Amino acid sequence: MITIENLSKKYGSQQVLNIEHLNIPTGQSFGLVGNNGAGKTTLFSLLLDLIQPSTGHIINNEVQVNTSEDWKPFTSSFIDETFLIGYLTPEEYFYFIGDLRGQNKADVDGLLAQYQDFFHDEILGQKKYLRDLSKGNQKKAGIVASFIGNPKVVILDEPFANLDPTTQIRLKQIIKELAEQKDVTVLVSSHDLIHVTEVCERIVVLNKGEVVKDIETSAETLKELEVFFGAESALPVAE
Amino acid sequence: MNILKFVCNKLKIFLTYILNTKTNRMFKRFSSLQWKSFFRSSNLGKSLGIKIVMGFFGIYMLLSLAGAGAGMYFILKEIFPDQSPMWSISQYFIYWILIELFLRYFMQKLPVMDIKPFLTTPVKKSTIAHYILGRSAASIYNLLTLFFIVPFAIVLLFNGYPVLNVLLWIVGIMGIILSINYVNLLVNKNDKVLIGIGSILALGYGLDYFGVFSVKEFFAPVFHALYAYPITVLIPIAFAALIYYVNFKYLRDKIYLDAKLQSKSVEANTSDMSWTKRFGEMGSFLQLDLKMIWRNKRTKSQVFISLLFVFYGLVFYTVEVYSSMMPMKAFVGVFMTGIFLSNFGQFIPAWDSSYYSMMMSQNIPMRKYLESKVILITVSVVGMFLLTIPYVYFGWEALAINFGCALYNLGVNIPVILYFGSFNKKRIELDQSPFGNMQGASATQFLVMLPVMVVPIIIFSIFYYIFNIEVAVGVLSVLGIIGFAMKNYLIDLITEQYKKKKYGMIAGFKEKAS
Repeated sequence: MITIENLSKKYGSQQVLNIEHLNIPTGQSFGLVGNNGAGKTTLFSLLLDLIQPSTGHIINNEVQVNTSEDWKPFTSSFIDETFLIGYLTPEEYFYFIGDLRGQNKADVDGLLAQYQDFFHDEILGQKKYLRDLSKGNQKKAGIVASFIGNPKVVILDEPFANLDPTTQIRLKQIIKELAEQKDVTVLVSSHDLIHVTEVCERIVVLNKGEVVKDIETSAETLKELEVFFGAESALPVAE
Repeated sequence: MNILKFVCNKLKIFLTYILNTKTNRMFKRFSSLQWKSFFRSSNLGKSLGIKIVMGFFGIYMLLSLAGAGAGMYFILKEIFPDQSPMWSISQYFIYWILIELFLRYFMQKLPVMDIKPFLTTPVKKSTIAHYILGRSAASIYNLLTLFFIVPFAIVLLFNGYPVLNVLLWIVGIMGIILSINYVNLLVNKNDKVLIGIGSILALGYGLDYFGVFSVKEFFAPVFHALYAYPITVLIPIAFAALIYYVNFKYLRDKIYLDAKLQSKSVEANTSDMSWTKRFGEMGSFLQLDLKMIWRNKRTKSQVFISLLFVFYGLVFYTVEVYSSMMPMKAFVGVFMTGIFLSNFGQFIPAWDSSYYSMMMSQNIPMRKYLESKVILITVSVVGMFLLTIPYVYFGWEALAINFGCALYNLGVNIPVILYFGSFNKKRIELDQSPFGNMQGASATQFLVMLPVMVVPIIIFSIFYYIFNIEVAVGVLSVLGIIGFAMKNYLIDLITEQYKKKKYGMIAGFKEKAS
């Protein structure tokens, strides 16, 4: 589904991302882990053509991301709250996104009904604009909006951060269900090793912009990651 | 005299408090933070150009003010030859105060420093309150009046007015300015007070105008006393100190996260606006734009301001001097029918800056996005033209000129302003007031005014002076129609331009201005 070739991003002389080759097959649930500044958000921004690569390219379902816009109809994402339109109510926002993705009101309502539990009565029918919701509730709205329109690729940056424990558990369930659909590729980044090992089949660790680990998730993965990041705190660079 | 002693004493205590070393040190720290937040803001360097332009503009304003102040003595002498200019100016003081209070409601921003981080540090709340109030005393609006008053006073001195009286008079005026400043803070953007001040202003002027009761004559001795009896200077100073103290008490007790510092959240009013669906795919963008305009402070005021400018033409059509100046009428035509076009259009797409990265990663065809903006502006131009139809009262030329200008705006200016929009890279925070708000402005905004406003006037003038008004209006209209006919081609070009500039815009819009 997604192929990354010779991808690098430099700001001045500082290299923030450098990935020689990475292939994410269709239907995989892909977890991206790394410390602050490891290049997670840079990679996701490149995937969404929000920044230009210094070298290389990304192919998303046979579409080269930085030259064509044809990846947009089947790719959806929630990176941060700049993806929300503050002066809309959550409902209006969902319908707007639905409009962009060719879904009518009834389609969107149908989808939202599935996330009643996840919303916990704090999103819909609140008579509040998105800008007046708490950070956690804004995030919930943004995450669900990224499920509208049957996307084939879903990109979520730090979806677990700022959520309360109940919502985190529900979100894990939702992502797992999404990953079970064989044609949906899910990309998730997180600082939380436990969550990410629970929901992702494959985990890639970025460190200073480079892929340092690429693991199929198994029972030992969490231990392995904890050892890796534990050593990271003792040694300056662990290859 | 006892009262005087008491006031002096209080003042002394107050001053020693201000100068108390520990408080003072805290002040310095606060000030240095403020300084850093200004000079380290990310867009300072980039917007040097606009800072220079603004600087020149500011200097020009100050020089004009100072010139007006210096000239006021002679002007008043000319108009009221049989009374002292000091008396004349005292007559109008009451109006000056009311007008300043009225204007400050719109112009002056309440001095909210980001106090939140200090709440948990061991800084006394009273220190924070003093700092906020102290900082507002140095507001530019307080200095403006001084730039007028001081030159006036200097001219007075040259004309043999007693030095002590004039100097203390300046001090008294400063007391009044500070009182206005702190009253304004206390009022805290209360609409009722604004209406009250407006009504008093209108009522007073009405009484004066119709000669029912002379407000001017009534208040003249009151303000003249500030000059005539130097001791009275203590009254405005004491009043300023009192208002300061009231403000201080109020503010000190309100420094909590849930009181003063929290912004009010309004209940959302949902409207489905399904009629926009008639515009097909553009409908959803159009709907978004309408909601944006209606639900955000800055855009909403922009609409009201635009509507008010319908009356701008009256200035040119009623004043004798302009009646023979046809190019001025072309200017006013372009201006009235294009006010929303220029006010709103110049900041496209920065209006959407806070969610621009979402727009760019969503399934949005750039062309449709731009077309919806075109529709919105088109509607505004047509609407503004319809509102200017009553100008036909001043002759058919007025209607013809406005019509030609509206066509020119539709066909030529819309694509021009959209094209220049692609150079916008500065974020706009939607829920801030538009008055004196330069957010989102850059050299682009000054550049774009040239083709939008000046070019049509030049074209009009050339054809008007060589031929006649019919030809001039005809040329503007034809240009507009040609532009309209080429609309699709032009929008294609602009779409390409926006795609090219995309990354710069995304990066620029992410930077929050401070």
